Amino acid sequence: MTMTRRHFLVLTAAAAAAWDSILAGTPEAAPSYNASQHWYGMLINIEECIGCGSCVRGCQQENGVPDGYFRTWVERYHVADWTVESPTVDSPDGGKHGFPELKEPGGKNFFVPKLCNHCADSPCTQVCPVGATFVSPDGAVLIDSNYCLGCRYCIQACPYGCRFLNPNTNTAEKCTVCYHRITKGLTTACCENCPTGARQLVDFKNPKDPIHDFLKTHSVQVLKPYMATRAKVYYYDLDGSVR
Amino acid sequence: MRDLRDAGHLLRLVAVFAVIFAAFLVVRAVLVPKGFGRYGHYRSEALAEIASRPIAYAGHQACENCHSDIVEVKSKGKHKSVNCESCHGPLAKHVDDPASVQPAKLDTTSLCPRCHTANAAKPKNFPQVSPEDHSGGVPCDTCHRPHSPVIEEAEAKP
Repeated sequence: MTMTRRHFLVLTAAAAAAWDSILAGTPEAAPSYNASQHWYGMLINIEECIGCGSCVRGCQQENGVPDGYFRTWVERYHVADWTVESPTVDSPDGGKHGFPELKEPGGKNFFVPKLCNHCADSPCTQVCPVGATFVSPDGAVLIDSNYCLGCRYCIQACPYGCRFLNPNTNTAEKCTVCYHRITKGLTTACCENCPTGARQLVDFKNPKDPIHDFLKTHSVQVLKPYMATRAKVYYYDLDGSVR
Repeated sequence: MRDLRDAGHLLRLVAVFAVIFAAFLVVRAVLVPKGFGRYGHYRSEALAEIASRPIAYAGHQACENCHSDIVEVKSKGKHKSVNCESCHGPLAKHVDDPASVQPAKLDTTSLCPRCHTANAAKPKNFPQVSPEDHSGGVPCDTCHRPHSPVIEEAEAKP
C-alpha cells in the first residue's frame, strides 16, 4: 500500500490524539477513596467558640505551619454600642495562646474562627498562571507546591486573606482541609482539637451528614457573600459586623 | 504518480512541517507533567502527593480502641465531647508504637485555664473562672478529675 498525502494527514491526526491519551497516563489506583463521592466544607458555630486557640495550635502541629503564619486563626470582635459598622478586631498571634481580657468593657464580644473558605468559584485558583492551585474533585482548594512559582498572585486574589508565602519553601500555602486526613476518613486537625465542637467538617455529598438537618433549621451565612465565591465554610450565628 | 513529478517542493514543505510537528510533540511530552489536565488545569498527581502527608493527630477513635476505661468515665461527664488529643496533644506516633512513645504528663495548672479563663467574649453559658481567684495556683486536678470535672457532693465532703 502506498502512502498518499491524504492517508498521511489522517494518520498524523490520529497519532496525535493517541499520543495525547498516552501522555495523560492511567488514573492511579485510589484504594478506597473516591474523590467524586465527596464535597467538603465546614460549619462554624460562633455561639460555641470559646477562643481557646486549640484549632490554631492543632493546625500548626498537624501541618507544620511556620510560626507567625496561619492556615486558620481566631479573631475577637468587640462591637461597642452604636458602632456596628466599625468593630474592633484583634487576633494576638492568631489566637494561638488565647486572648487577654479586653481593655474596653461592655459592648458585644465574640470570637470568629477563620480559615480558607474552599470556595467553589475560588478567585485564587483563577489567577494562577501555571495551574499550581486548583479545586479538587472533592471540593478542596489545594496547592501543588512542586509546581507553584511563588508569584503571589493567589495571595492577593483571596478576598479572605487565607493564603501566605511559606518563608521556607517560597511557595504559596493555605488550609488543605487536612486533605491527608479527610482522604483517610479522619476529620481535620482543627475540628479534632476543638473542645466545644464549634467547628465541624462537612461532607455535602454524604446524605447522612448532620449538616443537612442543621441547614434546614438554622440560618447560616458565608463570609463576604457579595464576592460570589460560593464559599463552603458556613457560619451559624454570625454577626453582621464580621468582615 | 505522474501528478507528483513536479511536486518535489511541496513534499519538502510537508516534510519540514512534519519535522516541526514531531518536535512539538516531543517537547510537549517532556514539558507537560504527568497527569496534567486529567481533572482540570493542574497536575492530578498533586492530589496523591498532598494526601500522602503523614498525620500527627490520630483521632479520638484510635484512642478509644484501647482506652475504653477513660471513654467510660468521660461519657458521663461534662467533657464527653472533648476529644482526647485536644488536651493530650498529637499522638499518632503513640498509636503506631504505644510502648516506646508515651504521652507527656499534663500540668493542669496551665492546661485547664486555656479554655476556662474568664473572658467577656466567651459564650455566657460556658464555665469560666479567674484561675488566680479560683484556686490560687493549686493544680486543677487537686479537686477536679479532668475526664469528668464536676465535683460530686459525696467527693466534696471529706
